[in-house]
Amino acid sequence: MAALELLSDEGYRVDGRRAAELRKVRARMGVFAQADGSAYIEQGNTKALAVVYGPHEMRGSRSKALHDRALVNCQYSMATFSTSERKRRPHGDRKSSEMTLHLKQTFEAAILTQLYPRSQIDIYVQILQADGGNYCACVNAATLAVIDAGIPMRDYVCASSAGFVEDTPLADLSYVEEAAGGPQVALALLPASEHIALLEMNARLHEDRLEEVIEAASRACKAVHAVLDRVVRDHVQEATAL
Amino acid sequence: MKETPLSNCERRFLLRAVQERKRLDGRQCYDYRNVRISFGADYGCCIVELGKTRVLGQVSCELVPPKPNRAAEGILFFNLELSPMAAPAFEPGRQSELLVKLNRLIERCLRNSKCIDTESLCVVAGEKVWQIRVDLHLLNHDGNIIDAASIAGIVALCHFRRPDVSVQGEEITVYTPEERDPVPLSIHHMPICVSFAFFEQGTYLLVDPSEREERVMDGLLVIAMNKHREICTIQSSGGIMLLKDQVLRCSKITAVKVAEITELIQKALENDQKVRKEGGKFGFAESIPNQKITAFKMERAAVDTKDVEEQAEEIITKADPPSEVFTKPILHTPGTAQIGEGIENAWGDLEESEREEAAEEEGETDATAFECQQMEMEDTITSCRSLYNFFFFFKDEPIVLSDSEEEEVVILEPQDVPRKTRTQANLKQENTSKKTLNKKRKKKRAAH
Repeated sequence: MAALELLSDEGYRVDGRRAAELRKVRARMGVFAQADGSAYIEQGNTKALAVVYGPHEMRGSRSKALHDRALVNCQYSMATFSTSERKRRPHGDRKSSEMTLHLKQTFEAAILTQLYPRSQIDIYVQILQADGGNYCACVNAATLAVIDAGIPMRDYVCASSAGFVEDTPLADLSYVEEAAGGPQVALALLPASEHIALLEMNARLHEDRLEEVIEAASRACKAVHAVLDRVVRDHVQEATAL
Repeated sequence: MKETPLSNCERRFLLRAVQERKRLDGRQCYDYRNVRISFGADYGCCIVELGKTRVLGQVSCELVPPKPNRAAEGILFFNLELSPMAAPAFEPGRQSELLVKLNRLIERCLRNSKCIDTESLCVVAGEKVWQIRVDLHLLNHDGNIIDAASIAGIVALCHFRRPDVSVQGEEITVYTPEERDPVPLSIHHMPICVSFAFFEQGTYLLVDPSEREERVMDGLLVIAMNKHREICTIQSSGGIMLLKDQVLRCSKITAVKVAEITELIQKALENDQKVRKEGGKFGFAESIPNQKITAFKMERAAVDTKDVEEQAEEIITKADPPSEVFTKPILHTPGTAQIGEGIENAWGDLEESEREEAAEEEGETDATAFECQQMEMEDTITSCRSLYNFFFFFKDEPIVLSDSEEEEVVILEPQDVPRKTRTQANLKQENTSKKTLNKKRKKKRAAH
């Protein structure tokens, strides 16, 4: 792994992108008929599927119902074929539980839960192919699914990862860049107000560099927002064209 | 058992206090609680107390085959347990969300930051490596578990000594502590977590929240840093919306705090090292103060008494003088005297003989006079005196009582400040000057 050059002298990354370039984003909304809202997103080779049910009555324990807000229930799972080695536990292990918590936290902040007291909104996300930026693809897919379901949100929630190699911040890391062990930041942003819904960082990064990396991630999030907005508008136009 | 919900008034009180930049224990917004580190008799065992939050850390090691994709590296395993003794809400097998969050944070802070050199834990590549297991137990929950746990984890790792090992060809010899001194782990840096609690959508920020503050906070931001100002982990939780400059400000505060805490840790480790070398007593038994076994003593708080005298003088000069207490004896009937009046009898109008009524009347008027002293704070002493004297004078004259339940006639004369007194009957005296109507009280009395 030491021989792998993440950023060449000419400024090209392993997959031929520039430092601030994102991977190609393709998305579709309304892929499932049964669910209230669904979306599918591909960011490079990372493929994520999100499904939203709700708002509906509390299932399971009524005692968990919040008297003034809706409860956001998330589940994050990775398909067993999503990684290069077969994943034995799709969900329930610590990393998946952590991702679930992060997703829940992100969407509880973004969805206007005050409008639906004592009800529940379910968000299920499945990773079909994991090639880096799993959390970010999940958040983007879930945003589209929530919009498809017609649940009001404060703003789009756009997520992107960023890393740091040789004094240059990299946007939208792939699996190879993540596995190299350098610092990586995952940022979920509401683009209009620039509020950070979730900030997560791993591995060592000097404090002075933090601003640059967050800045790079914010710019990437805004770029993703532009793409997602385009997708939503096209979908609505298609749906109303009938 | 289920966690006791926080009452609304307590929540409001805490939020108001935060708005006024005050904390329940008197700290400033960016102050940490006292950190106390004590070591056990074995290497790798320590207890960290952050205020009242207490975490026990224990490190142990074992020779195991390595992971297939990392054949030349040792294994680090972290486990944080929320013991049921820490809080009534913790039960074995419940509260999994908090547990997952804390465990992942500890793992990322201590493992992903590569503070321990895992390659030095390799004994025979592909066959035997050391597995270092760090067990953290929360013994008492008073807020900010993650900080205390991260300090306990890194201190325990720094304190730990693993057995010395030598490899001859295919043979591995593990030496016991008696044969060869145990070897410390090679630690690159010490990451410490610092927690920030946000209130009112990010307007107010507190460092090191206590348990009560954690209950009312909007969200938490944890930044793990080492003393070289390298950020090891950032994690925002709780669904707060942050701004970039808030995060940057927090990271600057973290740098300061981490420097202080790292110094403290170094000193504690050095002390323990010295004590062990000199052959002194060490271990938990020595670090517990002699007075109590439970070791839950209160910290002595310094009280500033420099300007107490000036403050007291100020208060005395500014305050109103206390109302006079009349100690003149009241003569109801010949042979009986009374000094002062008790609280007014609220039993209501009693139908009695005229004489008793008269006596009662006097008693009442006296009572009312006394009461109006109590009710009117700002009246001057002279007016009190005059009224009292008036009643004394009044006592000798015949009183005509009427059985009428009508509201009394108010005779206001522009002599003195109108006073709140109550009359029971029409008083023909012209000196009934300062009697104002106090309807409410009359009605209240009638109601009894």
